[in-house]
Amino acid sequence: MRTPFGSAVLDAACRLLVPFVLIFAVYVIAHGHDSPGGGFQGGTILAAAVILIRLVHGQDAIWGLTRVGALRLACGGVAVFAGIGFLSLLFAGNYLDYGVLPLPLETVKVRVMGTLGIEIGVAMAVTGVLVLIFDALTAWGEED
Amino acid sequence: MTAHLPVLIVVLPLAAAVIVPLISLASAKAAFAVACLTLAAAAVASCKALSHVLAHGALRYELGGWAPPWGIEYVVDPLSGGVAALIALIAVCVVVYAGPQVNGGSSARGGMFHGLFLLLVTGLLGIVLTGDMFNLYVFLEISSLAAYALLASGGIRGTVATFRYLIVGTIAATFYLLGTGYLYALTGTLNMADMAVRLTAVMDTRAYGVAVVLIVIGLAIKAALFPLHGWLPDAYTYAPAPVTGFIAAVMAKVSAYALFRVLYFVTPAEGASAQALMLLGWVSVIAVLAGSILAMAQQDIRRMLAYSSVGQMGYIVLGFALGTPAALIGSLLHLFGHAVMKGCLFLAVGGIRWRTGIYRISDYAGMGRRMPLTMAAFVVAALAMIGLPPTLGFFSKWYLLSGAVEAGAWLFVIALVLSSLLGIVYFFRVFEFAYLKAPEAGQPTPPRQELPLHMLAPILVLTAAVLVFGLLNQQVVGGIIRHALPGALAP
Repeated sequence: MRTPFGSAVLDAACRLLVPFVLIFAVYVIAHGHDSPGGGFQGGTILAAAVILIRLVHGQDAIWGLTRVGALRLACGGVAVFAGIGFLSLLFAGNYLDYGVLPLPLETVKVRVMGTLGIEIGVAMAVTGVLVLIFDALTAWGEED
Repeated sequence: MTAHLPVLIVVLPLAAAVIVPLISLASAKAAFAVACLTLAAAAVASCKALSHVLAHGALRYELGGWAPPWGIEYVVDPLSGGVAALIALIAVCVVVYAGPQVNGGSSARGGMFHGLFLLLVTGLLGIVLTGDMFNLYVFLEISSLAAYALLASGGIRGTVATFRYLIVGTIAATFYLLGTGYLYALTGTLNMADMAVRLTAVMDTRAYGVAVVLIVIGLAIKAALFPLHGWLPDAYTYAPAPVTGFIAAVMAKVSAYALFRVLYFVTPAEGASAQALMLLGWVSVIAVLAGSILAMAQQDIRRMLAYSSVGQMGYIVLGFALGTPAALIGSLLHLFGHAVMKGCLFLAVGGIRWRTGIYRISDYAGMGRRMPLTMAAFVVAALAMIGLPPTLGFFSKWYLLSGAVEAGAWLFVIALVLSSLLGIVYFFRVFEFAYLKAPEAGQPTPPRQELPLHMLAPILVLTAAVLVFGLLNQQVVGGIIRHALPGALAP
């Protein structure tokens, strides 16, 4: 978005909303393994916060998340997912069998931590891709 | 190590697919090297898995340590291992051909091309190796989405053609998903082996019939079987050369593989699947003839090859429909052979267009002198498509013919022979222009313009494969394909 369509009302509402949206996104990601939610849903909410800012404040408020940054985030997210999978291979488990990771916790908790790692990777990927899609749809052809 | 091969084959390209675009921000050459090495590793892993499986029986892998039927299972048996090795080896050839800067008229930036290409390979390998109906859908979508993006990078006409493919392809995937949903509702399982056991109890229900119809239609669209092929010619014609070369070679084949897997390994032999196969048989006879006739009518050589692919898919499905051991061997050998031949043809034609800008058959005059090695490769692959001994194409057609004779399906025999004759017509038209027609009088003779080595080498490797595997067809059939037949038909 090059030009914002913000106004005083939108601006105030956005300032009020975004912190709660972010906290809710983190909650959905972190609590995904025992309540509805998880990386995909949390990542979507995270991206919604970024996109809300972009809608209201336009190109200036990129939050450090440029196109390349979003691409890095998306690729990095998948890399986290695949990396945790490979990590469990290293510790003599099957791919994605993160119960075998050597964390000083009981096995069930280790699984939970592994799931959290996966969810964070998924959330990063989803956020990156959604922001990329938004930027691609609203680009005016100046990037390429 | 061997125990982890099934998952490594799929996950290595996946991990590289996200790392390569990041590396390409720093160095395009390094990104290309990583892409090549990963695909080579996947190829080595699948060949190793295949040889292990042929010696010791199927490899099964429980993803995440969850036992099937609850967890997702990856299975390498002779069938899936063979197709996976084929995909990975052709992927290596194509990525070398594409090169670090992606030649062949692509507008895609290198890093994105290699990332998407690796993702496409991941999807196709996943479809082949998974033992889970829903996981297959996921990989079908991964490969399709990557393919849409790659095909659309060939300019504005490519984008339009791809948009149509995107809509049709999404509908096809939805059909498959719906069918899988019906089967899940009936059996309560998504694991293929478990589903095969449970389906026999419910094969008389109407829901089962609907499920088979939905899955067959979905996969037939993806495989571009004749009346459902509308997306294919434009998508293949306007895409960048390496993309078409790879997608034409293996993507439709993988859908045909999925069709074979479902109809011969998951659903019971009688009932709805037998009826579906009978219908597929008649449809594929029409496909064989219509594809060849439409190919004859084309002026653009890429379109001609695309329509010829429609006809060749007919051969493969025809063998599935006949269902005799010889016919199935013919089908699987043709699946292998056509991937090699069509990959070679599209890479050669794409190379010629990249070098000279020529893609109309009538402009091919003198091409035999301008690009002798590329044209020679084209001729060998084209003769294999027609079915001349001792090439691979002859033997697959021979098995298919003897299968049809064995089944007493004389109409199918006539269709097979007729379509080979039509193949002679449309390929010899190209030979005539390339070798016999002199360039127009008064024009200076164009200089020799052979392709650079990294493009020429993959074409020649595939050409050699057409001949070598043609001569070694006994070993391929006896050593791999016979073991890949479904239980009741295996020796």
